[in-house]
Amino acid sequence: MSKDDKNKVNTTGHEWDGIEEYNNPLPRWWVWIFYATIIWGIGYTIAYPAWPLVKGATPGLLGFSTRANVQAEIERFEDMNSEVKAQLASADLTTLADNEEIYSYAIQSGRATFATFCSQCHGSGAAGAKGYPNLLDNDWIWGGDIEEIAYTIRHGIRNEDDFDARYSEMPAFGDDYLSDEEITNVVAYVRSLSGLENEQGDVTAGEVVFLDNCAACHLEDGTGDRLQGAPNLTDAIWLYGSSFQEVEHSVRVGPFGVMPAWGAEGVGLDESQINGVAAYVHQLGGGE
Amino acid sequence: MWDYFKLVVFGLLAVLTLYLASEARDLAYLVAALIGFLSAVVAFIVTLRQMGGELAPKTGYMDGPVRIGVILTAFWGVVGFLVGTWIAFQLAFPQLNFGWAEGYLNFGRLRPLHTSAVIFAFGGTGLLATSFYVVQRTTGARLWNDSLAWFVFWGYQITILLAATGYVLGATQGKEYAEFEWYVDWWLTIVWVGYLLLYMGTLMKRKEPHIYVANWFYLSFIITIAMLHVVNNLSIPVSLFGSKSVQVFAGVQDAMTQWWYGHNAVGFFLTAGFLGMMYYFVPKQAERPVFSYKLSIIHFWALIFIYIWAGPHHLHYTALPDWASTLGMVFSVILWMPSWGGMINGLMTLSGAWDKLRTDPVIRMMVVSVGFYGMSTFEGPMMSIKAVNSLSHYTDWTIGHVHSGALGWNGMITFGALYFLFPRLWNKTGLYSLRLVSWHFWLATIGIVLYAASMWVTGIMEGLMWREVDAQGFLVNSFADTVAAKFPMYVVRGTGGILYLTGAIIMAYNLWMTVVRAPAARPATAAAPAE
Repeated sequence: MSKDDKNKVNTTGHEWDGIEEYNNPLPRWWVWIFYATIIWGIGYTIAYPAWPLVKGATPGLLGFSTRANVQAEIERFEDMNSEVKAQLASADLTTLADNEEIYSYAIQSGRATFATFCSQCHGSGAAGAKGYPNLLDNDWIWGGDIEEIAYTIRHGIRNEDDFDARYSEMPAFGDDYLSDEEITNVVAYVRSLSGLENEQGDVTAGEVVFLDNCAACHLEDGTGDRLQGAPNLTDAIWLYGSSFQEVEHSVRVGPFGVMPAWGAEGVGLDESQINGVAAYVHQLGGGE
Repeated sequence: MWDYFKLVVFGLLAVLTLYLASEARDLAYLVAALIGFLSAVVAFIVTLRQMGGELAPKTGYMDGPVRIGVILTAFWGVVGFLVGTWIAFQLAFPQLNFGWAEGYLNFGRLRPLHTSAVIFAFGGTGLLATSFYVVQRTTGARLWNDSLAWFVFWGYQITILLAATGYVLGATQGKEYAEFEWYVDWWLTIVWVGYLLLYMGTLMKRKEPHIYVANWFYLSFIITIAMLHVVNNLSIPVSLFGSKSVQVFAGVQDAMTQWWYGHNAVGFFLTAGFLGMMYYFVPKQAERPVFSYKLSIIHFWALIFIYIWAGPHHLHYTALPDWASTLGMVFSVILWMPSWGGMINGLMTLSGAWDKLRTDPVIRMMVVSVGFYGMSTFEGPMMSIKAVNSLSHYTDWTIGHVHSGALGWNGMITFGALYFLFPRLWNKTGLYSLRLVSWHFWLATIGIVLYAASMWVTGIMEGLMWREVDAQGFLVNSFADTVAAKFPMYVVRGTGGILYLTGAIIMAYNLWMTVVRAPAARPATAAAPAE
C-alpha cells in the first residue's frame, strides 16, 4: 500500500486487521509547542506557589497568594468606605436624605444588600409575591416611614430569634370560632370592602360577623390597625390573594407570615447595612 | 461441572438478594436488591436451559455481546439525550418540574440520571462493545473467556439499572459523576476487575506480534478507571441493608479526591477510551494507514502521564491551597499538545483521502468528531488558567465546554463506530440509508453549535454579571437577575438538544432498518480470526 502512495514515508511494517501505520516523524510545530508549554510550566512553578515539600510548599518568587489578594481587595473598599459607613451606621434616618454623600452611599449599599438578602422573597425588583409584601406600593402593614421600615428589618416579623420582633397572630377562625355560614358571609363582606362582587354569602350578615370578630384588629371600617400589623382590607391590595377561596383560606387558617430579624446576633447585617436597606426600600416609591 | 457451579452461584445470589430485599431500610435499596434478584433468577434459568445441549463451537470471534452492546448503545444514547433535552427545558421553564413528580422527576433527580445515562450507559456501553470488537480484530484472537465476557457485559448493564433507579429514588453520594451509592460501587468494582482480566487475557493470547495502539488506550482506560473508582468511592455504609454511606475523606481532601476522579473520568473514560475507538474506526473507515506511529506512542504516554495531575483546576479559588491550584493549572496547559496528538493522528490519517468527505457521511462524522475533540482540548487548558477560570468557573461556560466535548467528540465518534459496526455485525452489504446518515450528521452538528454557542454567551454573561461591582464595591446584580437574563439562551440550548436528539432517533431507525432490510453480504468468512 505504501509504495504506490504519494506519501514518501514507509509504514512500520506492522498490520492489524488491515490497519497499517506510517513512520511519519512528529510534526515540528507540535514538538515545539509541547516544549514551550513545558518550559513555561517550569517557569510558572518557580514564580508561583507550586511544589509541595515536607512542611508547606514552595512559595514562589512572586510571593503570590490568592487569600492575601482577596483580603487586600476587601480592605481597599473597606478603607475607602469606612468613614461614610460609620456615619451611616449612626445617622438619624429622618434627616438622612439631607446629606447627599451619606444618602447616596446608603442607597447603593441598600440596593446591594437587598439584592443579596431580600430579593429571594420580595423579588429582585421588590414587587413581592403571594405572601411576601410588595415594597413598591404605599400599603404598609407595619408602617412605612423610614424608622418603621428600619425597625422591621432589624427585628423582623413573628420570628423566634428576636424578642423585639413585630408580633401579632390572626386566629384561625375555621377552628370552631365561626360556623361555615358565618365564614362565607364574612368573606363576602371583606371582599365587598374592596368592591369585589360575590356569588355567594350574605354581605349584610357578614358585616355583623366582621364587627364582632375582626374589627378589633382590622378596625370597624376595615382599614387595619398598624400597631397590630393588621392589614388594610379596603385598598384592593391582597397579600394572600383576592379570590373567594383565597380570602376564605386566610380567614380559616389565619396567615402567619414570618420575616427574619436581620439585625439579630449571627445573622450578619450591621447597622449601616440595615440603615442602607431601610433607605433603599423607603425611596422605592411608597415610603411615608 | 462448570455449569453446576454456575447454577449454585446464581442460586445463592438469588437467595442473598432476596434476603437483602426483605431487610431493606429504604426504597432505593429495596429496588436495587430486587433488580439483583431478578438478574440472578434470569441468569439461573438461562444457564439451566443451555445445559445438556450441544456445546456451541467456541471458534471465531465472539460477537454476541458486541451485537447486543451496539443496540444498547444506540438505545441508551436516545434515552440520555431525551433526559438531557428535558432537563434543559426544565431549566428554561421551571414549571416543568411538576408538583406531582416532585422528589422523583424534578431537575435535581434527573440531572445525575442524564449525566450517568450519557457517560456511563451510552459512552460506557459503547466503549465496552467497541473494545470487545477491536481487541479481537487487532489481536486475531477470540475473547479470553466467553462466560466472563457475558458477565462483564450484563454486569455492567445491571450497574446502569442500579444507578438509575437509585437516582430517581434519592440514593446519591452527592459526588458528581460518582453519584451512585456504595452497593453500586462494590458491584461495579467486581465487574470492572472482570473487564480488566478479560482484556488482559485476550491480549495475552494474541496472534499478532505487537499490540495495536487502540488497545493501549482501551487498556489505560480500564486500569485507570478502576483506580479512580475505588479511591473516590471509599465510603462506609451506614447499614448493610440501606443505601446511605459516609465518605472517608472530608472537607478539601474530599473535594480534591472527587475532582482528581472527576477530571480523570473525563481524561480516561471520555478521552483515552474514545481515542481507542478513534484509532481503530477512523483508519478502517478511511482505509488509510495511521498517520504516525511515533506520534501515537509519544502522545499516548504524555497524555496518560500528564492528565492524572490536572484535577485541581476544578477547584481554583476555593479552600484548596495555592500550590495544588498551580500544579493543576500547569499540568492542564502542558496537556494541550499531548491531547492534540490524537487529533493530528486522526485528521492526518485522512490526508490523501479527503475526497471521501464528500461521498461518505460516516467519515464526515468522524472528522467533525475529531475536530470537536481538538477544540475541547484547547478550550479545556485555556479554562484551567486561573485568570480565565475566575470568570468561567460555576458558569454555563463549563456546561458548554463539557457538551462540545461530549456531544461533539464522544457522541459523533460513537455514532461513526455504530455506523461502521452494524453492517459488519449483521453481515450486510452496507447501511440502509446514507441519506439518513447525512441528516443525522447535519442535525447533530447544528445542534452542537447551538448548544455550545448559547452556553458561551450565557456563561460569559453571567460571569461578568456576578463580578460586576459599582464604584463603592457593591455587587450590582442579584443572582435572580443573572438567572432571568439567561432565559433566551436556555431556550436556544434546549433547541440544540432537540436537534441532537432527533438526529440520534434517525440513527436508531437507520440502524434498525440496516439489520432488518439491508441486503445480506455473501456468507461471512470474516467470522474467523485473521491469521
